[in-house]
Amino acid sequence: MLFSSLIINALHAMVPITVTATGEILSERTGLVNIGMEGILLVSAFAAVVGAEAGGPLVGLLVGMLTGALIGLIHGIITIYFRGDQTISGVGINVLGAGLVAFGLVWQWGQAGFHQVPRDVRLPHIATPLGSLSPMVFVAIALALLTYYLINYTNLGLKMKAVGENPAAADAAGVSVERVRLFGAIYAGALAGLAGAYLSIDWLATVTRSLSAGRGFIALATVVFSGLNPLLAIVGGLIFGFFDGLALVVSTSREITRVIPYQFIQMLPYVVTLLVVTGVIGRARFPKASGQPYRRE
Amino acid sequence: MSLSPGKSTPTAGWRSRMRAAATSLSQVVLAAGIGLIIGAIMMNATGYDWKEAYQALWLGSFGDIWGIADTLADATPLILTGLGFALSFRAGYFNIGAQGQMIIGALVAVAVGSSLVAPKPLGMIVVILTAAAAGALWSLPASFLRVTRGVHEVITTIMFNWIATYLARYLVFNVMNDPRSAERTVRVLPEVRMGALVAGADATWALFVSVFVALFFYWLLWHSPWGFEMRVAGLNREALRYAGANPTWAVHLTFLLSGVAAGIAGATQIIGRPPTFALYGDLSNLGELGFDGIAVALIGRNHPIGIVFAAIFFGALSTGARMMQIMAGVPLDMIRIVHGVVIIAMAAPETWSILRRYIGSRVPARANAAGASRTER
Repeated sequence: MLFSSLIINALHAMVPITVTATGEILSERTGLVNIGMEGILLVSAFAAVVGAEAGGPLVGLLVGMLTGALIGLIHGIITIYFRGDQTISGVGINVLGAGLVAFGLVWQWGQAGFHQVPRDVRLPHIATPLGSLSPMVFVAIALALLTYYLINYTNLGLKMKAVGENPAAADAAGVSVERVRLFGAIYAGALAGLAGAYLSIDWLATVTRSLSAGRGFIALATVVFSGLNPLLAIVGGLIFGFFDGLALVVSTSREITRVIPYQFIQMLPYVVTLLVVTGVIGRARFPKASGQPYRRE
Repeated sequence: MSLSPGKSTPTAGWRSRMRAAATSLSQVVLAAGIGLIIGAIMMNATGYDWKEAYQALWLGSFGDIWGIADTLADATPLILTGLGFALSFRAGYFNIGAQGQMIIGALVAVAVGSSLVAPKPLGMIVVILTAAAAGALWSLPASFLRVTRGVHEVITTIMFNWIATYLARYLVFNVMNDPRSAERTVRVLPEVRMGALVAGADATWALFVSVFVALFFYWLLWHSPWGFEMRVAGLNREALRYAGANPTWAVHLTFLLSGVAAGIAGATQIIGRPPTFALYGDLSNLGELGFDGIAVALIGRNHPIGIVFAAIFFGALSTGARMMQIMAGVPLDMIRIVHGVVIIAMAAPETWSILRRYIGSRVPARANAAGASRTER
């Protein structure tokens, strides 16, 4: 019983990390970094519920994705066309996201800080021998595989690599650096938006002002861990998902919280993230032009 | 980084320095203006009266002596968290761990301030110094991980923020809890509480602690060899190595001092902010001050003196927001939206000149022309 719920929880906790990290991996391949993932998760989680309550769970997923894509687009325009600082813009998105959701909760439902998502607008689950499983688990894995294919085996993937490593050369070869990066920005935003929608209308079934709880940053750590390989984003998502899920399962068990206070169990995913990132980094290599705006000479 | 520190080189004349200051001031005013305008649009779209709201905002923050005092009280910790962010930013690092460092500083302030028996000014000084040291210690792992393992500080500092948050929640409820009041820690002793500047208002002598730290950071950055190393590290790390300095030391010193500022912010929220003089379990009297410091630093152009004024601006926003909620019914969090927009607007300092170029070549960008003619001479 405990074992199966651990597995189900790990798989469910994997989804937001893997999906968000996968999108960001593609974006970082083109040299565009968006550390505003946390803000995108929050805003799209909120928007998805508004969408789902109007038109059902699938509309909710779509609204979440579009919201994320829109924020990604804004980040892209600021950093690519206006040569803005990618880190500042990302931090701004995080602050704005926290504000929008806190404000939106009061405005939409008249409640400060918390909204329970009604059962009928949540994404239906699949019954498995271990328990009910969200179909988004398979979507997450499929997205990582698809992105892996896109990056490594398509013409567009080659262009992304060129733009990330040497934008001037790519430009000279006739590749539009701006458009490729903008695609990356929107792709990362859309996937984070999907992950945000999953948080609210599927896995956690609530909207709160701290719903994402640092998962956007854990996803960024996963991007680093993966060395920009989407397949490793699945592995990273499972590692973090396991401890995230473990915290959820264990903090409800009285026998364990009597020995270890639940606050320390809730710390686990963050401590593990630190440990994993500390142990792994060094071998990861990032595109040369990462984080820098491109200007034509 | 596009907000390159020190746009004017030390050898540049006062004329170009004035021009740089004017450009940067206009960018700041523009960003703040964009934030307030988008706030007004948001309020309009969601059915609030933005004129009434901004009127209340002004009345609440600068309307009377108590409003001004509360504005200054809200500015006090913002100066410190802003300074912490700015110092790291100047050295080329994105240390967004002020939130966690502040929480640790506040915990130590409660622990020391509730148990230490000392004559009046000495006790306060000890509380502030120990909180500063605690903030510094909480900041150092991030710089060690950056230097030795190459882990980006954005990731590590955020993780340390969450760890500090859960640690604080545990300690408030289980170790430092007040038996008479379950939701907060014990209060610090009356001897270490800082006196009010205006009777009945929230501003205390803590304001002068903040301003003192700002002046110290100013001296440090521009009048000490360490500050020079930090600034050079932010501009060109290789140059620092060639000059014979140790870049690793500059990184650690930067993170350490950022932690000191944030740790003091935690202390002043405990001993210098009536009426609580304790830490709440939901950490509500620390709020998001660590993150707010980012906007403060950016609007203050990462300059200690600019940060003092920027903190007063944001302090006025948060003080006024309370009045805005009471009089116009606008949720407090409206102000966080303004914060976010201001930060995003500050991300792209070139926007204006690029837009001008698109709009038409008949309006030549004067700043660019002036810059070009000077280099020719």
